[in-house]
Amino acid sequence: MDLSIFGYQFMQNAVLAGLLGGVACSLIGVFVVTMNLSFIGVAIAHAAFAGALCGAWLGFSPQAGAFIFSLVAAAVIGPLADRGEFNPDTPIGVIFSVTMGLGFLFMGLMPGPKTQALELLWGSILTVTDRDLALLALVAAVVLATVVLFFKEIQALMFNREIALAAGIPATLIFYGLLFLTGATVTATLRSIGGLLIFNLILNPAAAAYQLTYNLRYLFLLAALFGVMASWLGLLVSYLFDLPSGATIVVISAGMFVLATLFSPKRRVKQWQPAACDASKGE
Amino acid sequence: MDPQALPAETTVIKLEDAVVSYREDVALRGVSLAVSQGELVAIMGPNGAGKTTLLTLINGLGRLLRGKVYVLGHSFTNGYPHGLRRRIGYVPQTQSIDPRTPLSVREVVMIGRYGRLGLFRRPTSADWRVADRVLELVGMRHLAARPVGHLSGGEQQRVAIARALAQEPEILLLDEPTASLDRRARVEILELVARIHRARRLTTLMVTHERAAAMRVCDRVVLMKEGRIWAQGEPEKVLQENVLHRLYGGRNGVGC
Repeated sequence: MDLSIFGYQFMQNAVLAGLLGGVACSLIGVFVVTMNLSFIGVAIAHAAFAGALCGAWLGFSPQAGAFIFSLVAAAVIGPLADRGEFNPDTPIGVIFSVTMGLGFLFMGLMPGPKTQALELLWGSILTVTDRDLALLALVAAVVLATVVLFFKEIQALMFNREIALAAGIPATLIFYGLLFLTGATVTATLRSIGGLLIFNLILNPAAAAYQLTYNLRYLFLLAALFGVMASWLGLLVSYLFDLPSGATIVVISAGMFVLATLFSPKRRVKQWQPAACDASKGE
Repeated sequence: MDPQALPAETTVIKLEDAVVSYREDVALRGVSLAVSQGELVAIMGPNGAGKTTLLTLINGLGRLLRGKVYVLGHSFTNGYPHGLRRRIGYVPQTQSIDPRTPLSVREVVMIGRYGRLGLFRRPTSADWRVADRVLELVGMRHLAARPVGHLSGGEQQRVAIARALAQEPEILLLDEPTASLDRRARVEILELVARIHRARRLTTLMVTHERAAAMRVCDRVVLMKEGRIWAQGEPEKVLQENVLHRLYGGRNGVGC
């Protein structure tokens, strides 16, 4: 196996992007998985994609467009999820489809070749620039700092947002902070992984880790490990077999989820739980 | 009981003509109520009477449309006073917990202390001692390390009460703490609530359908119907068969 390609600057950038993107996405994924925000997260990711295309169409930075759109999406979707009076699936579904439609509308409106638009759609980890890397590093650092600094609040929100609020935790503020951070992470990884695929890298490593541990600290660590592994393995496999990198990363992360589910100790617990409970409850 | 007649210094909760509305439904239609320090009050009534809304008004999870609320020296009409929630323990209605939830019983109980701790501060060994003490109190110390999603309904209710107590609250709000439990667990939980109420000198409001328990352990019963207080007073006087028959419109929905 000839791995001399990893000596080149563009490949080293890709490896670094895989590390930073893998960590940021999978840590965000833990919030998404534990707080049941999968659908909300997908909607925010697609809003970011539409925003990036809007930026590309109007001639300003796709990242700025993605960031603005994802923040707006989080601000609109957040109250729907927070109200708790009705199932927010329908309004979120509408937002999801609207942002998707807008994305393709902006793409259609763009004059000339659509190379940049397609890159935003599928991602191109091999062409990330130093500027992309700087943004990724910033977002990954903010996500990591959030996990460390607000660990106990995240733990409470993850358990139950109403209970967290009732216990005197600024749950609403932290919840919106996490939604905005989701938007920021999608924005930073859009170019390398792609707007259509990014949410898989957010969801899959965290969902895989969720199958394997009852400890939230380990869950964050495992998710980050899986995220980086999926990124690096995907990069290697895509290079070796000449496959699209973003799609390969996503397929590998999905494979990890399937494996984790198959070998999950939590599945075994479910099987023996009724008998064990009979013995321990005594009610 | 006339709310105005209570000595001001012992009144820890007072609602004046409180109106709460969710979209097109009016949940509370001008409720006035005063609760003194140390009282254990049962709130009873048919579904949709506004019992849960009454509790959430006190801890600021519900939003007041009109009227006034007074809790632990804070008076508010809109906007909940900062820091007040930390002084009020809340046990909401039973919610199903994912068996895979990555939290142990002990960690869930510690959540009760996070509001008091504030941002950027980790629980100290003293906080963990409080968590262990309340777990002991509710008889759950032996399951402290177990994933919280693996507990039975009755055990989860005990943990929910322990979490609220870990807050070291002055007021305890319980919303149907015995819902969906079997008879023995219902009796145990209600006796636990009464014991803790007395031992910790709390002011407790409990939504319940347990008539016999309300008779035995509560100082006062508030009956609600259609967003209003329908009757209130001492349990023996209020919880009469004919009164309940009229309250529930012919079907007595309370447990004995």
